[in-house]
This record gives sequence, structure tokens and C-alpha cells, in this order.
Amino acid sequence: MRQSYIMPGFRPTLGFTLVYLGLVVLIPLSTLVFKSLSLSWDDYVHIITSNRVMASFRVSFSTSLLAALIASFFGFIIAWTFVRYHFFGKRILDALIDLPFALPTAVAGIVLATIYQPNGYIGQLLINTFGIKVAYTPTGIVIALIFISMPFVVRTVQPVLQEFDSTMEEAASTLGATKLQIFTKVIFPNVFPALLTGFSLAFARGVGEYGSVIFIAGNIPYVSEIVPLMIITKLEQYEYAGATAIALTLLVISFVLLLIINLLQLWVRKRSGQL
Amino acid sequence: MSILLSDISKNFGAFAALDHINLEIPEGELVALLGPSGCGKTTLLRIIAGLEKSDSGRVLLNGEDKTHEHASHRGIGFVFQHYALFRHMTVFENVAFGLRVKNKKIRPNEAAIQKKVHTLLELVQLDWLHDRHPDQLSGGQRQRIALARALAVEPSVLLLDEPFGALDASVRKDLRLWLRNLHHDLNVTSIFVTHDQEEAMEVASQVVVLNHGRIEQQGAPSDIYDNPSNAFVSRFIGQTNIFDTAEIDQDWLKTSGLTLAKTQGQFAHVRPHDIELVKSADLAAEMGAYAILKDWQHLGSLIRIELAGKGAQPFNQPIYAEMPNERFKQLQLNRGDKVAVKIRNARWFH
Repeated sequence: MRQSYIMPGFRPTLGFTLVYLGLVVLIPLSTLVFKSLSLSWDDYVHIITSNRVMASFRVSFSTSLLAALIASFFGFIIAWTFVRYHFFGKRILDALIDLPFALPTAVAGIVLATIYQPNGYIGQLLINTFGIKVAYTPTGIVIALIFISMPFVVRTVQPVLQEFDSTMEEAASTLGATKLQIFTKVIFPNVFPALLTGFSLAFARGVGEYGSVIFIAGNIPYVSEIVPLMIITKLEQYEYAGATAIALTLLVISFVLLLIINLLQLWVRKRSGQL
Repeated sequence: MSILLSDISKNFGAFAALDHINLEIPEGELVALLGPSGCGKTTLLRIIAGLEKSDSGRVLLNGEDKTHEHASHRGIGFVFQHYALFRHMTVFENVAFGLRVKNKKIRPNEAAIQKKVHTLLELVQLDWLHDRHPDQLSGGQRQRIALARALAVEPSVLLLDEPFGALDASVRKDLRLWLRNLHHDLNVTSIFVTHDQEEAMEVASQVVVLNHGRIEQQGAPSDIYDNPSNAFVSRFIGQTNIFDTAEIDQDWLKTSGLTLAKTQGQFAHVRPHDIELVKSADLAAEMGAYAILKDWQHLGSLIRIELAGKGAQPFNQPIYAEMPNERFKQLQLNRGDKVAVKIRNARWFH
């Protein structure tokens, strides 16, 4: 079946896409698979199910999930503020949002660790007033991940809120809806798919994040070790096969989770008539 | 429900969108707010709805002061130019929205909602589309759904902001008639905003002409057409030829019949159908008021003829005359023919 397109070039662009995905994504990732194939199944299971590795998986996924949820909540509020209100210095604040993208993550980690450690500015405050210890605990990991992943949420939600047709709100208002009903029944459902995208990007970023986390996490075995750290540790001990085995597992789980989120998103969009 | 606006003013910065508007609309009328773009008609409608706040003045619905009442408590239905349907909901849910957001104590039960929504969808003849989403509908269908949605809460006043503005000509014609019939059946006091004078004349029982934030004239369509109260209304409603008596040759004016009677101003406004043409060969004696036939257009049963002055330059803009097809055929006119002009009727403005 030949379809006519206004712009030509389907074949070359698809070709380019496949070559790119092959060279930059699939070939490197397949070496992961091949490398771990040098392990026997029993060895593989042994490495993955070791308590320390299992604990790191739990830490990584739970902190990433929590961080993505919190980042989604606050990211939504930030995007809302930028879109809905006009105030002095908005442009500057808007530019600040992207800063975590540009900053080397290690720098972010060191800075966060410095202020959240027990005698740092905020760390001190939190311990003295609420008795909460942030640095060198999973809480610290969550904070670092929120810092890193917030821009994803803001930048995916912002354009959708921007384009939101505000006459829908006026229509809802004339139909007798309260402000809360307008938000929950009209605005939020329209923004939700974008928020879900932001959430999945934030989550994916959180699972893979290394630099900003290791400084604040304290890396206590069974408590605050993340999976990427386990991989690096194995590499430093020249256990390449072990490292790739963990990496592959991380990759597969992440892929499955992202796939589920994408399917969920498809379902939401279908249900709300966007497809 | 009757609507009373008293002394409504609204400024956007230095721009006066509405300038001390006083307007009374009796119950059950279908009123057109008519005016050129930027005349403040939409702003006025939004103030009645409570979507915009006026700087001064009061809005009374059925004698109750609603000036400070929130839009959600005014009991009005509002239809937007670009429909403003909830795009994440099906057609059914769109119409049901106003019922579902009602306070628990007065909210109808699910069965009642189902019944009511389907009745409304049948009223707008779109029940078969109830499970579609707005994006899957045509413009005309969307606007009818928007109307059904507005009617679901049984508003005492229906406000429509350029309801047919985004639709193509044939759909627009159908919907105009349909709206008129619907209003006849429901008898809800309705106001619609339009910049299309033809639409206002065709649909409304009352027309309010706005310009520069002021009301120029209010009345029945025929009244406004026949007796425009000022030059703006005369120009804006229907086609009008304007003769400046200071510039046109006096003999021409006399022969055409325009100044035989007493003049009541400098400018004579003449409707195209008040201009009669006689082929010049038939009227050799009255050659004073002649013009040159430049071109003509078919407007269905009417022919619009474009006339230009020649020689002594009796007028500097083309003038338009209209006559039935039959008459035009009888005259057997061609481009470039000299014709004698007879003016039957004129309105004078200063």
C-alpha cells in the first residue's frame, strides 16, 4: 500500500531512524546481553538474588517511584504557576527550571549532600526541629532524584497547560461547576496524559541516575545502595559479567515498567478521545 | 426571564469597551446584539453571563440584582463561538456535565440524567452521536451539542456568542432557522451576538445595534431597517447608497427626484431597491440624472446594478441599484449604457 504524503522522504528518514537506533542504542545494549550470556543461568540467578543486589533494586525502584510521584505533584504546581499567572521575574525562574539539566550531576550531588548532611544548613534544621535525617538515608536519594527529575515534569506539562482552551473552564463555570469541580473534571483530565509522560520520564531518569545520588546516599549496604552503584562496584572489582548481569536486569525491568506506563497512557488518551 | 442592564461601563485600559449601556430585554425575546467587531457586544454578553466584571452598572435578571453573583450561580446558559466542548468527554457526558456537577441534594439520579440527556440530544437531533468525542464531530454538530449542554441546566437566559461564526455558509443558514424554531418552542429569553446584519435580521425578534460601546438603536428588525435612527445604523443595516448633496450637481439631484421634496440634511441615504432605472432612449427629455451602467451581479431573484457617473461627475462612488430579474430583462441593458436614475425614497442625515 502506497500512501501519499505531502512531504517526501519516508524511506530515507526511516532508514536514518533505524541506523541511529541500531548504532547508538541497540548495538551497545546488545553487547550487554552477550556479555552476560557468558554467565551460566545459575551464576546469573546467584548474582541477581544476592541479598545486597536485591536490596539495591528495592531501593532504586522505590526511591525513583516516590521521587517521580513527588516531582509530578510539585512539577505540576510549578508549570501551573508559570502558565496561569504573570509576575515579576517569571522568565528568570522559568530559565532556572532547566538548570539541573545543565549541571553536572556530581556537582548537584555534592551540593545537596553538603546542605542536607546532619551539620549542613537544612540538614541541621530538619534534625533539630523534626528529627528527620536526610543525608545518608533513602530520603536523601529521593531528594536528589526529585532535583534531577523535576524539569521533565515541568517541561512536559507546561505546553499542554499553555494550550488548554480556557473557554472550557468558562463553559463549566456557567454550567454551575465549582472551582474544585472545574479543576478535577475539566482541567486535570486534559493535562493528565502529559503529566503521565512527565512522570515516566522522571521515573526513567531516576532509575538510571548515579552522579547526584551517590554523594547524598551514603551508600550503606542493604539500606541506601542504588543499582547503578552496584554495577560500578562490580566493575571496580573487574566482575564485568556480574556488572552486565545487573545492568541487563535493570534494563529489562525499566523497559517493562515504561511499557506499562505507555500502555496506561494510550488507554487514558483513548478514553478521553485524544486518539 | 427579563434582563435589565443599567449604566454598564467597561474599560480595557484607556479603551472604553462599553460606555454607559442601558438595556431592557423583556421575557421570551430572541435578541441580537449586532455591531462591527470591537464594538463591545461580546464584552456585554460576557458581563451578563458573569464571565466578565463591569467597571460600573448593574445586571438584573428577573428583577434580581445579579451584578456580584458568580457565573455559576446566575442560571444562564452560555454558548461559545468555538463551542468550548469538553474534549475529553463523550457527547453524552458533555451534555450531562451540568447535571453531574449539581450539589448532591439537588442532583438528579442516574436514570433521570440518562433520560434528560437523551431527550436533549434528540432535541438537537444528534442522539445517534452520544458516544462520540467532540473531535469526531463537524462544526455544526459541535455547536448543537454545545447548545444541548447549555440547555441541560434549564437556564432562564440563553446567551450565544457568535454561535454561527465559525461555521460555513450553508450550515449557518440551516442553524439560524433551527435556532429560531427552537426558541419558538422553548421560549427562553435569548441573546445572541453577531456581526452579520443579515443573521440578526433573519433570526432575532429584537435587534440591538452597538457601535463604539454604545447602543445606537434597539427595535424590531423591520423597524431598524425602515427607520434607522442615525447614519451609522443606516449604513450598517442593509445596503445603502449615500449621496452628499454638497458635492453632487444640483440639476442631477433635482431630476433624479432626490431634492424635489424638502431636504432634511446634507446626506441622503438611499436603499438600492429605491432606485429606479429607465433606459435613456425612452426618456430623452430627462437626461439630467443619468448614469453609466458599469456592471451587474445576480443575487438570486434580484439583480444588483453598479452605476457610475460620467462627464459632469454627479457622484464619486459607484451607486448600487437593485431590481427583480424580470424587470432587468425587460430593460435589456448592456454595460456602458446610459440610464436615467429615479430615486423613490431617501432618508436624510446630517
